[in-house]
Amino acid sequence: MTAPWCDKTGHEIREAVVRGDVTARVVTEAHLARIHALDGKIDAYTQIWEEYALAMADRVDEKRRSGATLGILAGVPISLKELMCTKQGETTCASKMLAGYRSPFDGTMVQRLAAADAVFLGKVNMDEFAMGSSTENSAIKTTKNPWDLGCVPGGSSGGSAAAVAADLCSMSMGSDTGGSIRQPAALCGCVGIKPTYGRVSRFGLVAFASSLDQIGPLTKDVRDAALCLNAICGRDPMDATSVDLAVPDFTAALTGNVKGLRIGLPKEYFTDALGAEVREKVMAAIEVLRGLGAETVEVSLPHCDYAIAAYYIICTAEASANLARFDGVRYGFRHPDAKDMRGMYVMSKSAGFGPEVRRRILLGTYVLSSGYYDAYYLKAQKVRRLIKQDFDEAFEKCDVVLGPTTPSPAFRFGEKTADPLEMYLSDIYTISVNLATLPGLSLPCGLSSSGLPIGMQLIAKPFAEETLLRTAHAYEQNRGFDMGKPPIA
Amino acid sequence: MEYEAVIGMEVHVEINSKSKVFCACGTDFHAPPNTNVCPVCLGMPGTLPVLNVDMVNKSVAAGLALGCTISRWSKMDRKNYFYPDLAKNYQISQYDLPLCHGGYMDIEVNGVEKRIGITRAHIEEDTARNTHTIGGGQSGVDFNRCGMPLLEIVTEPDIHSADEAYAYLTLLKQTLQYLEVSDCNMEEGSLRAEANISVRPKGTTALGSKTEVKNVASFSGVHKAIDFEIKRQINVIREGGAVLQETRGWDADRGVTFSQRQKESAHDYRYFPEPDLTPIVVDEAWEQRIRESLPELPQARCKRFQTTYGLSPYDAGVLTAGRPMADYYESVITAGADPKKAANWIMVDLQALLTDAKQEITDCKVAPEHIAELLTLIGDGAISGKMAKDILRDIFETGKTPKAVVEEKGLVQISDTGAVEAIVRQVAEGHPAQVEQYKGGNEKVLGFLMGQVMRASQGKANPKLAEDLLRKLLNG
Ligand SMILES: [Zn+2]
Repeated sequence: MTAPWCDKTGHEIREAVVRGDVTARVVTEAHLARIHALDGKIDAYTQIWEEYALAMADRVDEKRRSGATLGILAGVPISLKELMCTKQGETTCASKMLAGYRSPFDGTMVQRLAAADAVFLGKVNMDEFAMGSSTENSAIKTTKNPWDLGCVPGGSSGGSAAAVAADLCSMSMGSDTGGSIRQPAALCGCVGIKPTYGRVSRFGLVAFASSLDQIGPLTKDVRDAALCLNAICGRDPMDATSVDLAVPDFTAALTGNVKGLRIGLPKEYFTDALGAEVREKVMAAIEVLRGLGAETVEVSLPHCDYAIAAYYIICTAEASANLARFDGVRYGFRHPDAKDMRGMYVMSKSAGFGPEVRRRILLGTYVLSSGYYDAYYLKAQKVRRLIKQDFDEAFEKCDVVLGPTTPSPAFRFGEKTADPLEMYLSDIYTISVNLATLPGLSLPCGLSSSGLPIGMQLIAKPFAEETLLRTAHAYEQNRGFDMGKPPIA
Repeated sequence: MEYEAVIGMEVHVEINSKSKVFCACGTDFHAPPNTNVCPVCLGMPGTLPVLNVDMVNKSVAAGLALGCTISRWSKMDRKNYFYPDLAKNYQISQYDLPLCHGGYMDIEVNGVEKRIGITRAHIEEDTARNTHTIGGGQSGVDFNRCGMPLLEIVTEPDIHSADEAYAYLTLLKQTLQYLEVSDCNMEEGSLRAEANISVRPKGTTALGSKTEVKNVASFSGVHKAIDFEIKRQINVIREGGAVLQETRGWDADRGVTFSQRQKESAHDYRYFPEPDLTPIVVDEAWEQRIRESLPELPQARCKRFQTTYGLSPYDAGVLTAGRPMADYYESVITAGADPKKAANWIMVDLQALLTDAKQEITDCKVAPEHIAELLTLIGDGAISGKMAKDILRDIFETGKTPKAVVEEKGLVQISDTGAVEAIVRQVAEGHPAQVEQYKGGNEKVLGFLMGQVMRASQGKANPKLAEDLLRKLLNG
């Protein structure tokens, strides 16, 4: 199926709109038509904002006609993960708990994208409250991987990755707490970046784990990731943890030059746990970068074995408090059979949350309980500091750490749902990055023998997104093969 | 056996910031329900708290005034529990690292000074208010109060009587009002006091089980409740019973405390550091800036009023009870008035007018300079003390200057010797019989004759001059 404009990147669309080669309306209509035609098979979208999107597009076209300067994302069609607060439509977090919930405000990131003249097509699926790695935990629908409809798109930003991969939008905004942008990006063959903690305001992102959550884009190429960061990064007075640091022009980092760049290869990432095909493609990518003049050095992240344990203590502890507000008192689901206050709490929460969310709330409540706090929460915080220290030491030897994003390509539906621990392991390479508050980027580095995308991950020092983007872009321009399009496209 | 009471106080004061502690909402106490609210204080999904710096400044000021050490590094924590008055089902408070700690207040009870240790003072957000009076078997929640900035001040168990507790609360309130960091209005709930009370045999050191007396509406109520509770606990023990650890309310009408809820083996609040907020770092320079901006505190000012102005301890105490009155007094002095005379006029005459009109000194139309002017007019003999009182009443109502009132009403005293002498002569000539009586040794007639002089002069004759001239004439 041919779909003019849908296979284009955001920067290509923006340039075409600015030049007047196409109107934002035409681009938007093309995407809406493709969503209607294809999304029945993929189920990426949870809400399609037809009229709203066209109105946004018309405003961009009107602006151009008036001669005003267009924003850096003029006419770029974007989808938003279900947990981004918007006045338009609903903000459900793919949970029964928030079915029908309408946010009274637009989050900071949403406001900044709108100010950059982007067009919002609608919202996309995710694991309920961002808890999951396959989007199978959505209470709304099951999103399929466009490369193989029998496989998961990854998660929790699975709807975002699937939508970008299937050309149902040109970029999608996701959130990453332990790999929720990078893992689905890898499994669907997109570029996904989790900026440094504090780079992007979390105001308007429904919190899962406040000290780990970060918003970032899933895109079709590295330049789009840089362009999007230009629009969304920077201090926000509404988020005390957002950092007051000058935002560079990230696209200026795309020089193609990696001569002398020191790439660290953590020995703990290239063990037997790593699938052979993934290893092979990542090693090939390293060769490409070496060929461009980059150097490689072995580094060690000795505490990474404890990352998953520490992560599931910290993120569940924070989640147990963050999700306490969903109690049926003020908004959201209230169980109709509740007879008193306690019943309202117990019944609303039991029926409103899915099993994974309930499991994590219980886990988090447990690790914070008196008598267990020191053994779990406090110890996990110590591990977190050690993991950060590992990276600090690694970055004394290298500029960027390179490894796989996931141990294997996309898995099949139901393959890992029976054993939560098995599912948690799919984030083994991404979780440390959140614990250490570093920026991380996943980009495609090949296809498996069964035609599934494989991703590699780049990690840099805090606020060194430019190094990530420069490295990723140099590889992307010189990798010597075309990823092609998913068969469904 | 003799028993002694051991009491610790927990006081919540609302800091009078313009906005709530974590959002931009106003703090107007009188606003209609759920109008001072926003997505942040309602705990809507996707919102984040941002700490109000004014709240930190005022809390540091309070901590310094209470002799506390200010933590160079402190943090906010989440206190987790479920209740509909808590929008997020956790309260943002401070757990193990409060902003202020280790202070004290020196109170005075029956002339004896005593030091009460302040364990800590920490920042937190207030909860909403539940109401069960909206009808239809429904309960309502008013979120106006949710997120109001609170400072919780906790004492050591250094208090041993209701009198001491009362003195502590009074001094605390006075101090915070001096700092202008809180209205400390108990009726409006901007000051809430809870007393943790236990008793033990005199001479022992182990603490008995305590009760927590809450929801008392006034300082005198706290005094009565503590007195009652001490007696009740002693009676329970004397009768062979055990004091239950519980929360008790105060029934002001019946004058008794009553059981509200028994503590389920210490609630597990699952405190952990608030990840949405960065640590509060108050460096030396910041602390110093606030220290330098602190006003003179009530106790120091009271002592200074005694030494500098020669006031009695009582008068100094009355004049420094509130900062506005003390400021007013000192403005009168600055305007040139005699300190003792000014103290008298303010405490007696002006205070009587304020009391009658139910006004505070801050509402008073009489400018401090006008009190000084009035005293000058008396000193110069331009008006009599009696006239001055009338003038004060007039300017209290109208806000005019004393001189304007004097001129307007023609109240200028006749102090011209010739003019007064003429009146005196005229009166003497008009009352020959009385003059004879005086000359015959009846001194009392002088009063009658003076009255005639004042009447003839329409009250304007300088009384002292008139009396001198009258005596001179009669004795001459
Ligand atoms: Zn508010």
